[in-house]
Amino acid sequence: MLIADSLTFEAGRRALVKDVSFSIRPGELLLILGANGAGKSTLLKMLSGEKIPSKGVVKLHNKEIQQYSPSLLALKRGVMNQQNVINMAFTVTEIVMMGRYPHYKSNPSINDTEIIQQVMELTGVKDFSERSYLTLSGGEQQRVQLARVLAQIWDVSNALLLMDEPVASLDLQYQQQTLAIAKMLTKRGFMVISILHDINLAAQYGDRILLLKNGRKWYDGAPAEVLSSKNIYEVFEIDSDVYTNPRTLKHFFIPKDVKIAT
Amino acid sequence: MNKKTGLYILLIVALLISAGLSMGLGAVQIPLKEVVVILGKKIGLFSELPVSTQHEGVLNIVRIPRVILGLLVGAALGISGTAVQGIFRNPLAEPGLIGISAGASLMAVIIIVLEATLLVGLSNITGYYIMAFGAFAGAGLAALIVYQISRTDGKSNVATMLLAGIAINALAGALTGLITYAADDQQLRNITFWMLGSLAGATWETVISLLPFVLIPLVLLPGMGKALNAFSLGEIQAAQLGLKVNVVKRNVVILATMAVGAAVAVSGIIGFIGLLVPHTIRLVIGVDNKHVLPASALFGALMLTISDMICRIIIAPIELPIGVITALMGTPLFLYILVKDKKKLVI
Repeated sequence: MLIADSLTFEAGRRALVKDVSFSIRPGELLLILGANGAGKSTLLKMLSGEKIPSKGVVKLHNKEIQQYSPSLLALKRGVMNQQNVINMAFTVTEIVMMGRYPHYKSNPSINDTEIIQQVMELTGVKDFSERSYLTLSGGEQQRVQLARVLAQIWDVSNALLLMDEPVASLDLQYQQQTLAIAKMLTKRGFMVISILHDINLAAQYGDRILLLKNGRKWYDGAPAEVLSSKNIYEVFEIDSDVYTNPRTLKHFFIPKDVKIAT
Repeated sequence: MNKKTGLYILLIVALLISAGLSMGLGAVQIPLKEVVVILGKKIGLFSELPVSTQHEGVLNIVRIPRVILGLLVGAALGISGTAVQGIFRNPLAEPGLIGISAGASLMAVIIIVLEATLLVGLSNITGYYIMAFGAFAGAGLAALIVYQISRTDGKSNVATMLLAGIAINALAGALTGLITYAADDQQLRNITFWMLGSLAGATWETVISLLPFVLIPLVLLPGMGKALNAFSLGEIQAAQLGLKVNVVKRNVVILATMAVGAAVAVSGIIGFIGLLVPHTIRLVIGVDNKHVLPASALFGALMLTISDMICRIIIAPIELPIGVITALMGTPLFLYILVKDKKKLVI
């Protein structure tokens, strides 16, 4: 279980995140949405232990996240970052194997090798597993990074997976695939928290949606409760119509045209 | 047999042959066979075979220390080039290019000039140790400055790194120039020697004083291959994989600058080995630092032994500074990397 208790993060005099509290249980997929600069990434960095909150605490399995040693934390949670710049020509297999680094000292076990084969298959990177990372397209690189993070926590029970815009440069197929993988992991007892921009994708897969506005928690609830024209207008300043998919009974939204004064 | 084992064997064999050949070359030519016999006698082999005492003397006093010095300096430059590139997360970070060698050389020059006035009476070997420590401090300081300047948000910015390197090189060069005004003729000769790099100063004393500074990095750095691999994902990503990023960084920088500093202290600035060697190795066996680190040490030792041979025979009996040879081989490669990667160079 992960508990975020009144998290505040200040940069200089400005608070990027103000008094955000929520918790997530094993088996839940929580999606964080909000406008640019709403504090989504900062919040995620506090949850991952990268940034220390100015106020409040993050507790993972009843222990403050700052109390974990880096190596122990690496065995409990994986993070998929928004930006990944690599300048050395590692092969895809080598990068994905780095996800297993916390699990072995000098040589990977058979288990490690099997796990990276599984996650490479799942993320669709197996076909180019011996190619240099530097020759891949942006979307392919993103899938390799996802495979690396999955490899890190694949065999960990109740692991925490944090993702910052994991579908940013992916095509439609892999956007769906990525969220489907996240959903599948929650079935295995993972806690997954991901930042997304696509409201419909969030409504389709999320167990819960957390809306952030100006660093504050605006709404936290099931997609059906959160997704309303009113909430979307308040957070994104966009007029929209929200409908229900007659087959899945899930909500989806269609934005109205934005008028630009000429 | 896989590619990596093959490369190790190839490098070791080439290293042994070139070291043997190099010991035979010079004003007094000694055939490889005789070199082997003389070396064999030291470990109790071939005791019945006759050898010329003159040849034995030349080998013992001049050639063996010179070749060993070349091996140590080459290994030091090769492995620390790889390590520094790992920490900077960039294949263009070369100790000479980013000011580490210049920092070491500045301190060495300061010590040459000061030694005459302040440290008179110190024995030769203590002098070498002081020089090695000084050069280490200079190298470490330069590395630290360039690293801190080039870093933003846990990422090192290549353009800033190279520009900071230019600045440090210029500053160290200017200060070195300033100090030469305080130097006498003998010291000036020494200083010139430092600027171009040479193994001509090799004695058993320089070998012994260099040994610990090179052996410690050579033993410890190959164990950090996994950490350096994780580093290439990014510092934040490495930390997420459980690495104590600052500890790794500190240890690698200390070990790499220790090796470069001590190498500069005994042989001056020998440029481009730290660039040439890891790059070539990566072309052959890929970029996994677990193998690139030890292979770079071997290949660096080989490159320097061969370069030293070339600079001794090309216009014999005069010797070219070895830095000239390595720069002549290294700059075309550097330009080649720049042109080849022009489009994908992330700055």
